[in-house]
Amino acid sequence: MDPTPSQTVGPFFDYALPYAGGERLVDPAAAEAIRIGGTVFDGAGEPVGDALVEVWQANRAGRYRHPDDPRAELPLEDSFTGFGRCPTDAQGRFAFTTVKPGPVAGQAPHVSVIVLARGLLRQLYTRIYFPDEQEANAADPLLRSIADPALRSSLVARPGADGLIFDIHLQGDRQTAFLDV
Amino acid sequence: MSCVAGYRREPPGTHPEYLTPEYRSTLLRAPDRPLVPLSHSLSEVTGPIYGHERVGPLDHDLTRRHDGEPLGERIVVTGFVRDGDGRPVRDSLVEIWQCNAAGRYVHAADRHPAPLDPNFTGAGRCVTDAEGRYRFVTIKPGAYPWGNHENAWRPAHIHFSLFGPAFATRLVTQMYFPGDPLFAHDPIFRSVREPAARERLVARLDMDLTEPEWALGYRWDVVLRGRDATPVEA
Repeated sequence: MDPTPSQTVGPFFDYALPYAGGERLVDPAAAEAIRIGGTVFDGAGEPVGDALVEVWQANRAGRYRHPDDPRAELPLEDSFTGFGRCPTDAQGRFAFTTVKPGPVAGQAPHVSVIVLARGLLRQLYTRIYFPDEQEANAADPLLRSIADPALRSSLVARPGADGLIFDIHLQGDRQTAFLDV
Repeated sequence: MSCVAGYRREPPGTHPEYLTPEYRSTLLRAPDRPLVPLSHSLSEVTGPIYGHERVGPLDHDLTRRHDGEPLGERIVVTGFVRDGDGRPVRDSLVEIWQCNAAGRYVHAADRHPAPLDPNFTGAGRCVTDAEGRYRFVTIKPGAYPWGNHENAWRPAHIHFSLFGPAFATRLVTQMYFPGDPLFAHDPIFRSVREPAARERLVARLDMDLTEPEWALGYRWDVVLRGRDATPVEA
């Protein structure tokens, strides 16, 4: 059967897709909570105030809450789904409160990301890697496959005053590496 | 390393190109570097699993969310969500949103001078059943103008958001109504270059789904990516 084509999320999803607590994967008061935030920019460097950022990640042990993750020896935590959804504000900003995922099956710890927006006729996939994982990042199959150092480093968050910063540049010299998933 | 069966690539022409100049908003938002190939790992073949707890019993009925009934043509929109091999996609969240019968969204950024309907918000969701079926009751959305080009109007459509079984199967799209004369003028609909693929965005009127003296029935099936038969080293 032939797949259904994608169409843009458009500018008017704000009353339908975001939900209360969508950006909190864990309680911000939890000891292991971290914050990952950033700004979505367009090709002119202007903030994108009508984007939706979704994240999917493993838990601290590196296990996904999903039946296709066969590693039953790794613990699941009841309260952690691994999914988050955050619309950007008028300044293009988004932020998630989550935990740092464990390494997953030969890959460095990472958060999978989908970006949706007016003007994107298909979702964009990218990944957030962690700046304190230099050794694991150097061995990560995806990061190793990207020859251009600037493009490769676009996938690694940087430390900021109140958490990690992961800016998303849709286009231009500073474009984020987007993935053909 | 672990062995996982990934999801198949869609045939060329299925999805729009990011850069579609006729749709002006793509000009500064389409990435201009090629996408980086990624073979599927556990990170792509897993995805959020929704229980039924987040979906209320009336969430699928957009006509019963306020004190009164919304104005407009009451419709039932239903169909099956399947994977590329025809297997039902069960227990999967489907979210929709749309404008009202006058072509106006409940959104601060919608400046179309058409009336809001106090009895219509236009957002709904449901979870597919054991056969992959979803069903919504709503009103037919109107066409509306948008600033893309001189005298630009969108054909009537309902936005759909689907997850499927994996992060790799996520699909956000729009469902259209059959025979809409605005198809020929809409760069978003026409961004799907392959005419046969474009037709898969169009529902059909189904008299078997039409409920006498109550609502017209539209059938629209969604096909998500199929899965590779054999696991590959990921």
